[in-house]
Amino acid sequence: MRIVFKTDYMQDLRPWKDGYQLSLYLILLGFAVAAPFLVDAFFLGELTNVLIWALAGLGLMVLTGHTGQASLGHAAFLAMGCYANIILMDAGVPFMLSFPLAGIITGFVGMIVAIPALRLHGIYLAIATLAMSILVDDIIVLTEPWTGGVGGKFAPPVNVFGVMIDRWGTPGGFYYLTLGVTVLVTLGYINLLRAPLGRSFIAVRDSEVSAQAMGIDIARTKAISFGVSCAITGLAGALMGLFSGAFNNETFSVVISIQLLMMIVIGGLGSIHGAFFGAIVIGFLPQFLSISKEWVGALFGGGNVAIPGLEFGIFGMILILFILFEPMGIYGRWLKIRTWFELFPFYRKDMFKRQKSYLKTERLR
Amino acid sequence: MSLLELENVTLKFGGLTAVDNLSFSVEQGEVFAIVGPNGAGKSTVFNLISRFYTPVNGSIRFDGHDLLKEKSSDVADYGVARTFQNIELFEQATVLENLLVGRHRHRGSNFLSELFFTPSTRKQELQSRHFVEEIIDFLDLQAYREKRIAGLPYGVRKVVEVARALATDPKLLLLDEPASGLSVEETTDMRWWIDDIRRQMGITVLMVEHDMGLVSGVSDRVLAMADGARLALGTPSEVQSDPAVIEAYLGKAS
Repeated sequence: MRIVFKTDYMQDLRPWKDGYQLSLYLILLGFAVAAPFLVDAFFLGELTNVLIWALAGLGLMVLTGHTGQASLGHAAFLAMGCYANIILMDAGVPFMLSFPLAGIITGFVGMIVAIPALRLHGIYLAIATLAMSILVDDIIVLTEPWTGGVGGKFAPPVNVFGVMIDRWGTPGGFYYLTLGVTVLVTLGYINLLRAPLGRSFIAVRDSEVSAQAMGIDIARTKAISFGVSCAITGLAGALMGLFSGAFNNETFSVVISIQLLMMIVIGGLGSIHGAFFGAIVIGFLPQFLSISKEWVGALFGGGNVAIPGLEFGIFGMILILFILFEPMGIYGRWLKIRTWFELFPFYRKDMFKRQKSYLKTERLR
Repeated sequence: MSLLELENVTLKFGGLTAVDNLSFSVEQGEVFAIVGPNGAGKSTVFNLISRFYTPVNGSIRFDGHDLLKEKSSDVADYGVARTFQNIELFEQATVLENLLVGRHRHRGSNFLSELFFTPSTRKQELQSRHFVEEIIDFLDLQAYREKRIAGLPYGVRKVVEVARALATDPKLLLLDEPASGLSVEETTDMRWWIDDIRRQMGITVLMVEHDMGLVSGVSDRVLAMADGARLALGTPSEVQSDPAVIEAYLGKAS
């Protein structure tokens, strides 16, 4: 078992536990940077897709995983980020400015949306945000002069530090753009989590009354959480728009919202790792399914039949299995496996057992 | 001037009068206990001071400030910290993180400085950690520092809640039944700690407690309540021998 011997408060303050852990993450980053030279263009596109989903997952994780506010409306913020970016670029704003602006605009809209949503809890908040997800479809159609309505819009190539990047022409460049944004957002997220703001998110999630008694302004904290969450989601939306090349009012449907929420539940709520694990599942499952469908077809001679709704059926089944058997998600399972090896043979079955806890503050109301 | 003054405070839930024209004051540096049978309105008084409830009339003043003008999240800023009767800790966080939340009212950093974790934020975090470590030392929580609350025994959680309240560096500490559910040994510990909190840290303590051994052991003055109103106020022995108090607890001899 690896024991970290602590001699300094800085050891708890920096994001990594020890040199071993830091080197693991650096190796991972090294592989991520080397990926364009290791895999072909198709797989690189899939990796980019996973990173974009992970970024969107990080956005929802701030709100749902760390602040405990369920949202079924995050596709609306993906759309907002996407359209804000493109509309700004159409107006002649360079991408290096329009991209962060898309995030900031979406963040502010998120904060405004948060104001009426602050009084809602649990399922009611989920329903209210779901309504937003449905509304945005109509808003895009109604604001046709800017958004292109049903006809949609095409994403132009973007200029990053003088390099022209477009999804099909330079997949490597687009991959690096996505990787850079994801790494920066993750670092910022880690910083927030080890500072008072991140702790106040967790405080609001676990007990609103005592958070209040500790001097945390619940409404403000939730609004900031909505803002941060939507800003990150907006950035992911802008990248998603550029990645898909063309988009219209139906690209960011309610289904995307549900998929996002499923993703972070499968990955593991309340951890940055969870967003990435979930994105890997969501990103690679369709490919995995189509490959295995071909394989099964070849085996039984059924040919390549299309089964409508297969993907969602499998997603749903995975989600149900996770909620039943591993509510802490893939990351939670990984922690358990690691602890089992570290403590062998002293691992106890109830080591990670958590008490079934309803939101205590909801009981008080 | 008293540290905390409640004057003619009345709180009604519909037709039920939970607190009935209650007045009392807590002096700087004393341990003040509130006792009374179940449903007497003791915890409601705490929730009034924490501003979870707003009284229909009366005034609550703390250290010269009118608390009724403040939001509940601002009460902590004046130096009022509290614990809860049914422990309200941040279940999925570690003991250390729970205590660090207590430092929230001393936050000097803002969103941007935290996003980039600037040297000033780092310094503030180190200071918070230093302060919290002293509390951990004081309440003997070293063994649980990195443990998540969800797996801790009840007695330890009670202590962690007191620790979190102390981490806010308060002037007034409200303890809602600090000894309920504790073993005899843990109750004795709690008694010494309350004594030390008053003597070493100079923090005024206002507590609700049923354990009369603890109450008479540490408190300077006791307020007995029944049906939201004041029954008796005085030293522990005075209150215990007050005929009205005996009647409220034991009933009237027929």
